[in-house]
Amino acid sequence: MKPTLSIRNLHVAVGGTPILRGVDLTIRYGETHALMGPNGSGKSTLGLAVMGHPNYEVSEGTIDLDGQNILEMTPDERARVGLFYAFQRPVAIPGVKMADFLRHATTNVRNPQRQEGEELIPMRVFREELRTKMEQLKMDAQFARRYVNDGFSGGEMKRAEILQLAMLQPKFAILDETDSGLDADAVRLASQSIAEIGREKMGLLIITHHDKLLEHNPPDFTHVMLGGRIVESGSAELAEELHRYGYERIRRAYPEADAQNRVMAHEEVA
Amino acid sequence: MDVTIQSGFSAAAFEAALAAAQEPGWLRDSRRAAWRSFLDLAWPARDGEEWSRTDIRTFKLDQFAPLLDGPVPSVEPAGLLRAGVDLAGRLTAVNGRITAVELEPAWQQRGVLFGNLSELLSDHEALLRPYLDQPLVPPSYDRFSALRAACWTAGQLVYVPRGVVVDQPLHLLSVIGDGAADVSQTLVVLEEGAEATVLCEMEGITGTDAGLHCGALDIIVRPGAHLRIVNLQNWGQGTWHFAHQKAVVQRDASLQWTIAAMGSRLSKVNQHVELAGIGASSQVNGVLFTEGKQHIAYHTLQHHRAPSCRSDFLYKGALQDKSRIVWRGMIKVDPKAQQTDGYQRNDNLLLGAQVRADSIPGLEIEADDVRCTHGSTSGRVDDELVFYARCRGFTRKEAIQTIVTGFFQQIFDRITIESVRDALALAIARRVREYA
Repeated sequence: MKPTLSIRNLHVAVGGTPILRGVDLTIRYGETHALMGPNGSGKSTLGLAVMGHPNYEVSEGTIDLDGQNILEMTPDERARVGLFYAFQRPVAIPGVKMADFLRHATTNVRNPQRQEGEELIPMRVFREELRTKMEQLKMDAQFARRYVNDGFSGGEMKRAEILQLAMLQPKFAILDETDSGLDADAVRLASQSIAEIGREKMGLLIITHHDKLLEHNPPDFTHVMLGGRIVESGSAELAEELHRYGYERIRRAYPEADAQNRVMAHEEVA
Repeated sequence: MDVTIQSGFSAAAFEAALAAAQEPGWLRDSRRAAWRSFLDLAWPARDGEEWSRTDIRTFKLDQFAPLLDGPVPSVEPAGLLRAGVDLAGRLTAVNGRITAVELEPAWQQRGVLFGNLSELLSDHEALLRPYLDQPLVPPSYDRFSALRAACWTAGQLVYVPRGVVVDQPLHLLSVIGDGAADVSQTLVVLEEGAEATVLCEMEGITGTDAGLHCGALDIIVRPGAHLRIVNLQNWGQGTWHFAHQKAVVQRDASLQWTIAAMGSRLSKVNQHVELAGIGASSQVNGVLFTEGKQHIAYHTLQHHRAPSCRSDFLYKGALQDKSRIVWRGMIKVDPKAQQTDGYQRNDNLLLGAQVRADSIPGLEIEADDVRCTHGSTSGRVDDELVFYARCRGFTRKEAIQTIVTGFFQQIFDRITIESVRDALALAIARRVREYA
């Protein structure tokens, strides 16, 4: 049986304010799903809740990976069982070189049983692999020596997230607007990169406003989130429709969710 | 080995030590004068700015005794900065007594003086007397400087003659055990055009020893000379550390001074760099790491006395548990010190809920054509950074260790001695614990 990420009736609140109100989503290994929806609908919240961000309280529902409940796991345990989240806004870690950070991350994710203080992947082996992956992603070798996201442009940050995805080879990855902040060429490169990393070798949830990222990675399923719920699911055609015509039809069809979304979007701006 | 510690800093002990030392009369006289200052002065009061944040009421000098002729413990201190480094010379002091000195013969032949200041004094009295007659921090400055000038036994000398470039480091290692005192006078002189790298390291015998260190470090960098010096303070965590460190940097000379303070129960250090000649430059890299109930106080002064000098002080501190850092920095620019380029900064990372960092930068500028900038920050580890690293498989502890190491990396990037950089990074990473 293919590995499955299964989200059931997920309710999540931040600081006591409900954001997700019963999300159901099943992603099988090898599938690509697109998650779309207006600002403030809860897309990033879903990604952060899956990774176990401490500020996101799960009040109801379950998240299982291959039948194993991950809600009791710490974020690093979730990374080690094969979950990955590409941040919409990655943070900088000054003074920590990309290469050193990735060597440690890669070691931990590939050897989930590794204890603190145990050996990392040998430097030579790691460097060779990193160099190869960076060449595939057309990244300058200098990148590895820079500090994690420190002084990176928006585009560089997103490419750094893709590089991490390529190195960590998770079972399931959530890409949160990995195309935003990129110009057309960069989006094309990012899309190709994701395709090359091998979306068939993982389950992929692509959170996006655009269709460019989906061009090279046509979704098997498209989901629309509104007011903290997935209100509609369909094929790649749904993504095209939303890209072309926007969310008006969806808003009219689900007035209650739309009302909640307007409150949430307002609070997000505030 | 049992060590007999004779009764402390009494007049009788002082006179006995003086009689035993067989030093020149002028030195005996200046020690006696300093002893009188010591008797006249009180311990620094808390009402002055310098000591208002540093409480030494539980410090009792009587609990410590300078070793006179008694045996010193036979320890083989390792030091963090010796491993894998080819040294030009090495000196070891244990409980305030110089126990071993080695200098490569090639450097001896080129006139480098390295080792026990008291012994070298007998052959080089004319050369060395001015430095001891006029120490950079006068004995009258406070009761600690008076005590040091009267009672120093651990005299350490690095002297590099004109134009000599010593291309391997010289290592001075001091060790204090429980109950012992190390009263030291270290003198580093680089004559015109000389170059050297000096590693001063202090460590406890067990890591918890309650000792006393009271010392002075006098540094003179003559015109066109270049000195790199490292002070790694890693005393046992029961040790009191009182130090006056001052460097005079002359025309077109440069000083790179790296400070790492991790040990002691309480440290009070005055660090003073005087830019004394046109075109002198100094860079200070300070790494402070405290834990438990440690208290580390640094008062720094970058004094621009000549035009077109540069001073660049960066101190970074990280605090765990209930520890405290006090950092007070001052850039002082004399009226004639035009075209001064001065920079001072102190950043602190608060790793425990009960730590405290006082960071007080200051400027005193009397010239009108200068560029001086200063600043300080104190903050906690950003939870979003921890979460980011954990999403990539780092445990919480690994994430914090990585973030703390990165915090210090900006300083490590400035240190040009690779072995020092590596030793400091490792020592800090080992100390960072998981915290709530």
